[in-house]
Amino acid sequence: MEKTIFRHSCPGNTGVALPELDVPETSIPGKYSRKAPIGLPQVTENQVLRHFVRLSTKNFNIEKGVYPLGSCTMKYNPRMNEYLARTENLAAVHPLSPDETVQGSLEIMHRLGGFLCEITGFDSATLQPAAGAQGEFTGLMLIKKWQQERGQGHRNEVLMPDSSHGTNPATSTLAGLKVVSVKSDEHGRVDVEDLRKKAGEKTCAFMLTNPNTLGIFEGSIREITSIVHDAGGLNYMDGANMNAMMGIARPGDMGFDVCHLNLHKTFSTPHGGGGPGAGPVCCRDFLAPFLPASGVRKTPEGYQLLDKSGKSMGRLLAFHGNVGVLYRAYAYIRLLGREGIEEVSQVALINANYLKARLKPYYEVPNDDGPCMHEFVASGAAMAKKGVKTLDIAKRLLDYGFHAPTIYFPLIVKEALMIEPTETESLESLDEFVDAMIAIAEESEEKPHLVTDAPVNTPVLRLDEVKAVKDLALVEELEG
Amino acid sequence: MSIFVPSRKEQRERMLEVIGVERFQDLLTPIPEDVRLRKDLDLPPPVSELELRKEFREFAKRNTAADLICFRGAGAYDHFIPAAIDNILTRSEFFTAYTPYQAEVSQGTLQAIYEYQTMIARLTGCDAANACMYDGSSAAAEAALMAIRVTGKKRILSAGSLNPRTIDVMHTYLDNSDFSINEVPFLENGLLDLSAAGKLAEGGAAALVIQYPSYFGLIEDLEAAAELIHGQGGLLVVVADPVALGSLEAPGHAGADIVVGEGQPMGVPMSYGGPYVGFMATSMDHIRQMPGRIVGRTEDRAGNTGYVLTLQTREQHIKRAKATSNICSNQALMALANAVYLSLTGEVGFAEVSRQCWHKSHYLFHRLIEIDGVEPVFDAPFFREFVVKLPVPAEDAEKALLKEGFLSGLPIPGLGSGAMLLTATEKRTRGEMDLFVDALSSFIKGVK
Amino acid sequence: MSSIPEDLRYTETHEWVKKEGDAFIVGLTDHAQHEMGEIVMAELPEAGSELTMGDAAGGLEAVKTAEDFYAPMDGEVIEVNGELEGNPALINESPYGEGWLFKMKASDDSQFDGLLSADDYKAHIGE
Repeated sequence: MEKTIFRHSCPGNTGVALPELDVPETSIPGKYSRKAPIGLPQVTENQVLRHFVRLSTKNFNIEKGVYPLGSCTMKYNPRMNEYLARTENLAAVHPLSPDETVQGSLEIMHRLGGFLCEITGFDSATLQPAAGAQGEFTGLMLIKKWQQERGQGHRNEVLMPDSSHGTNPATSTLAGLKVVSVKSDEHGRVDVEDLRKKAGEKTCAFMLTNPNTLGIFEGSIREITSIVHDAGGLNYMDGANMNAMMGIARPGDMGFDVCHLNLHKTFSTPHGGGGPGAGPVCCRDFLAPFLPASGVRKTPEGYQLLDKSGKSMGRLLAFHGNVGVLYRAYAYIRLLGREGIEEVSQVALINANYLKARLKPYYEVPNDDGPCMHEFVASGAAMAKKGVKTLDIAKRLLDYGFHAPTIYFPLIVKEALMIEPTETESLESLDEFVDAMIAIAEESEEKPHLVTDAPVNTPVLRLDEVKAVKDLALVEELEG
Repeated sequence: MSIFVPSRKEQRERMLEVIGVERFQDLLTPIPEDVRLRKDLDLPPPVSELELRKEFREFAKRNTAADLICFRGAGAYDHFIPAAIDNILTRSEFFTAYTPYQAEVSQGTLQAIYEYQTMIARLTGCDAANACMYDGSSAAAEAALMAIRVTGKKRILSAGSLNPRTIDVMHTYLDNSDFSINEVPFLENGLLDLSAAGKLAEGGAAALVIQYPSYFGLIEDLEAAAELIHGQGGLLVVVADPVALGSLEAPGHAGADIVVGEGQPMGVPMSYGGPYVGFMATSMDHIRQMPGRIVGRTEDRAGNTGYVLTLQTREQHIKRAKATSNICSNQALMALANAVYLSLTGEVGFAEVSRQCWHKSHYLFHRLIEIDGVEPVFDAPFFREFVVKLPVPAEDAEKALLKEGFLSGLPIPGLGSGAMLLTATEKRTRGEMDLFVDALSSFIKGVK
Repeated sequence: MSSIPEDLRYTETHEWVKKEGDAFIVGLTDHAQHEMGEIVMAELPEAGSELTMGDAAGGLEAVKTAEDFYAPMDGEVIEVNGELEGNPALINESPYGEGWLFKMKASDDSQFDGLLSADDYKAHIGE
């Protein structure tokens, strides 16, 4: 256990020395001033560095090993993107700077929007959404505004398969729309007949991840999107799985009207321990008038930042989005170029299918009726008879030096293990991962306690999540 | 051939063989022919790092704003950022890690967030804080939604002296459901019109949302506001500036029920608007209605202290349509920047930053109103930011000052054509402020 | 194998129902509590509230799951299990005893006979 930073405090210490105040003092009225100390740490710079560096050593990260989190696309984060995004003149500009003084930032944003439209097959883009969930919200709002404008404001239902990401229904609620769940068929694809039954005069939009959350391409996509269009709804693609599709197929060519992208997945910007990401939205031109504030337009006088206009859905954030993340994604696409971007999806597919083929003798792969895309869902259900749960398998992988796959999602697969290797893993590292998975399958058979006791090679043993909820301790008690 | 894809032709062929197909194209059979892309993507050819550095240098050259001396705030502030912060943030263990769902191998991130939550709770005077929101404005909108859940009421009162961008975001988030937002006017002195608020609150409201200090930099009377809205069964939501809280009373100690704000001033670069980070704190009474991730302390099987994400049933991945919010990815790395900043500055240094902002903004204010024709707009006490009225159109002054190398305050046309919102942080020197005042003064003289 | 007492009736949504005088006691089955794991919060209906069969009557939360429970019959809630507020894990410890959820007065007692028998429920959960 590592002491908290507060426990290193020594009264009077600080890690920052400011220049002496060079102006006369004006007194702060006592009525408003803070009565008691805040309770911040009192430590020197070197103490701060030692503390946070020690903490950092307790994290798993991309450079430590395979990070096969399905749906999360944990690929390598190129270092030069970090370097470039920190260029002083890009990082140190105020968001309300006049356009003529930020032409560099605006050009990057404008060009990135163009790249993303080309990759998705759409006409317009907004870069403002801070993350995928805000992108989904943007997409649904564009559709809702469009429906309202054509006198169809009564359409208040969003259809989505029961395998959808949790953000899809949560976003629908935020957009004031009702969720109608569409069944999956026996292969894990959208049940087209069920969709046909449920699409109708109340349908505002249909949300789908394609490839879907089982890593399966929705082969009837044309039929699916037509059913929704015929019912008067629009099609939204959750672009979480775009890493499978670049240069292979585009949502714009599948009958979708709008999609978001996760730059922190497909376009290699770092996850940061949970964020920041960026969730740009691309759409067809008839939805463009409703886009949020902060678009960039190219004019003969230079690049211009647009504010919210008449029909715009409004503002999602105070300013123009996670611009620093946008710089990184731009750099990534430039470094890879067309060939490199296409290669990403090709190798992502090969790596995922290779893992599926190697693991299938040991782990059940439900819904397996052909090649998967960039990920697949295995099941730990077979180990249950020895009392080994998928959670245990996940924890045991940590002992072997790998991160665990996404577990218990999608909800329609029992004991789900959702595995996405990404293109940045070598054959050698994939084989090492397979070896560990096989070893765990054998342990589950022969020495199940090794699995249920896991992890043991980690900075802490398995943590008690029930206690964390029952005895809530969300902040450090004040010392002394 | 990407420099981030290790497998070469021969390995790929080996993998295809194990998969049981002859060529890559065979993996595409699930994708119907009619949706396959039949052309090459129209993207530029790849460039090397060397070339891309040159390209970025060209972009950077055209970002002349970075060379300006900044007197502009209005939601983003030019504060000093110690070098040590980036040193922590660029550690691969922090910036390439995923959300800490596998707690046993994420103790670094989890403990850092737990410490961040503690610092935010102490700074705001609340019981607990979450692991962060996207930015201050979306945090304010989420706080309004949270107040609606807590109280069961559907009407929000928002101060007319909120940052207009925050009001915009609140509308974006709230207008989709049967919720309403009523704007409370401000008095001639710029402070919230509490008697108008009282009238608007009649019949009950979920929350009164006020900014502290307000958009105009003014220090509102939180206790009076709290009393008023509590009397109507609503919550007081305060959108606070964290640097101000280094000097001013914590909103949680003055009756606020939810305190949110923009964390950018605490060690996050202005970066043309993002990534920033919103903070959110509240009392334990309302914790189950809080949106976003929360870290809690617990024990492992051997009784050692450890940290996990907790109260997860509030979140979208479990409660789906009934979740407290749709937020998933947040701005965790920026929250880490806040935690490192607050550790480095600490009790002593953070108070000093706050104190210097107070004195420097007051120095600038007093120097400006010495200029013939420049007048204060409000007479209430302010922190770090204030509005003055110029005898010339503020946009004209802005352009003229730009030529002299200054990013002036922000013109506020709603308060008159000469109105300008200015700030001076601890970074501005007396010399810079004097030059700025001289430049403005001679511009005004020239116009006259 | 979970416990499925013969003398109770069941729903497909994993509630059990017991007739007690002219009222009905409703709880969560042993199978369902086991699937959920330790329950850390129980949100119960208000006494006096009217329920329609199949409507959500309240919610239960474990660490990683949140599930609604549903009214097995039409009627009025006459009492809720106050013990659960401080100790929701009673549902795990004693699903058919101290961990009951609420009592209701049915508007049509014959609905009780339409509920699943122990054998039906056993088949429903595949045991």
